[in-house]
Amino acid sequence: MSRMQLAVVAALVRRALNEITRVPGAAIPGVLAPTIFVVGLTSVFGQVDRLAGFGEVDFRTFVVPVGFLQAAGFTGAATGVNLARDIERGWFDRLLLCPAPRLTVLTGVVASAGLRCLLPVAFLFAVALATGVPFPGVDGLLVALLLVMGLASTLACFAVTLALRFRTQQAAPLMQMGAFAGVLFTPAYAPEELLAGWLEAIATVNPVTHVLAGVRQGFVGEVTWGDTWPAGLALAGMAVAFGAFAARGLRRYSS
Amino acid sequence: MTRVVLALTRRSLRGSLRRPQFLAPLVIFPMLFLAVNVGGLTETTSLEGFPAVRGFLDFQLAGALTQSLLISGVTTGIASALEIEGGFFDRLVASPIPRVAIVLGRLVATGLLAGVQVLFFLGLGLLFGAEIVGGVPGVLVVLAIGVLAGIGFGAIGQAIALRARNASTVQGIFPLVLVVLFVSSAFFPRALLSAPADSIARFNPLSYLADGLRDPIISTVSLAPVLEGFAAAAGIAAVAMALSVLALRGRLREA
Repeated sequence: MSRMQLAVVAALVRRALNEITRVPGAAIPGVLAPTIFVVGLTSVFGQVDRLAGFGEVDFRTFVVPVGFLQAAGFTGAATGVNLARDIERGWFDRLLLCPAPRLTVLTGVVASAGLRCLLPVAFLFAVALATGVPFPGVDGLLVALLLVMGLASTLACFAVTLALRFRTQQAAPLMQMGAFAGVLFTPAYAPEELLAGWLEAIATVNPVTHVLAGVRQGFVGEVTWGDTWPAGLALAGMAVAFGAFAARGLRRYSS
Repeated sequence: MTRVVLALTRRSLRGSLRRPQFLAPLVIFPMLFLAVNVGGLTETTSLEGFPAVRGFLDFQLAGALTQSLLISGVTTGIASALEIEGGFFDRLVASPIPRVAIVLGRLVATGLLAGVQVLFFLGLGLLFGAEIVGGVPGVLVVLAIGVLAGIGFGAIGQAIALRARNASTVQGIFPLVLVVLFVSSAFFPRALLSAPADSIARFNPLSYLADGLRDPIISTVSLAPVLEGFAAAAGIAAVAMALSVLALRGRLREA
């Protein structure tokens, strides 16, 4: 990627980040939602860790990584909704007139999700530490952050594909629902051996399960290569697949 | 008056059916949450302190129903706010009809929709193996409490819309709805909630509402929880309708 293309990507990322300070009212629900979700789940289902299968891990620690993935999901979906809004207002069409490769524009749009998701993640992490969740270690935190940022950009590709297809913000529930289902149809609430058979079957084939295991490892034990590489591989596979869909969507939109 | 209310009810229902993006969240979000809860926490019925139930799905149906009715309240508020933003509300006010009919028209529609939501979730439960132990009288009790609660939540949404006058503010209360729901016994028995949710749940009317909806599903109809459920639903409806009428008066004074 040339310096000029990098400048385009950086400008688009900066524009997306500017929205947080310019329209904080729109950003606040997305920042608070994962924390509300984790605190709420812990209040309601906190006693679930008495079930054999959880071992020594308490429920709050078990679901904080799910909150991280939810933050990635919400941010990815928000990226698609914002693009749909830009399409509705004609701004995206003007952007496509600029002499930059289409893929550079796409990269700028989805890369912003990777950075924006750090805001809800940081808020949730601070609340989690304050309420007694153990520090996952520097390596655990770094692996978790990299995976969450990657997942946010990947889910942004998914949401962008829908935005380019439907070209309206009314597709927002579809984007949110896809991200929500992808994250929660995993061993989100309980270890795999405690899941109902049908959910265990879905979780086994859901690549997000590996990403969750990679994010969770530092919180519930030690960071190991055995939990890290499947997470990276699953994420890379999803990024390639959803990235290809988004690129195809952009090609069709442009033509 | 009756003719005007019926005409506005018909208009509200038609508007909802024409915009499925408003109806979809009423069933899809609670269904996803229901699926994930039941699949992930199915073993929790073996915890000490859990009431005798045939399965976790039977227990969770009331939670999904309460969640759906709450979301319906938010969408009622959004629809009302859109009418204010679009100027339809001002045209209604200028027409020679009783003012209170403006509030009642949409609330009757919300009540009818609540009835459909109750039947949908009970049908869904039966389809996936739940049993309504209370039989036909139990279904009628759930229907009555659900419709009353639906009207109450709709009135809350409408009161907020009349005060805020814009749809995005009404949409912003969605995370708050989740918070209030989490600190109730809608999803888990009160005896098994963690502190401080267990204490808050004791004073949260949603706990009594959900328990009233749940009782006819998991056991034969018992007087105490059903009466408490009715009282909670009626209390919410009475207070919310009073707030809605007050908000309408305030809006008319400013007009």
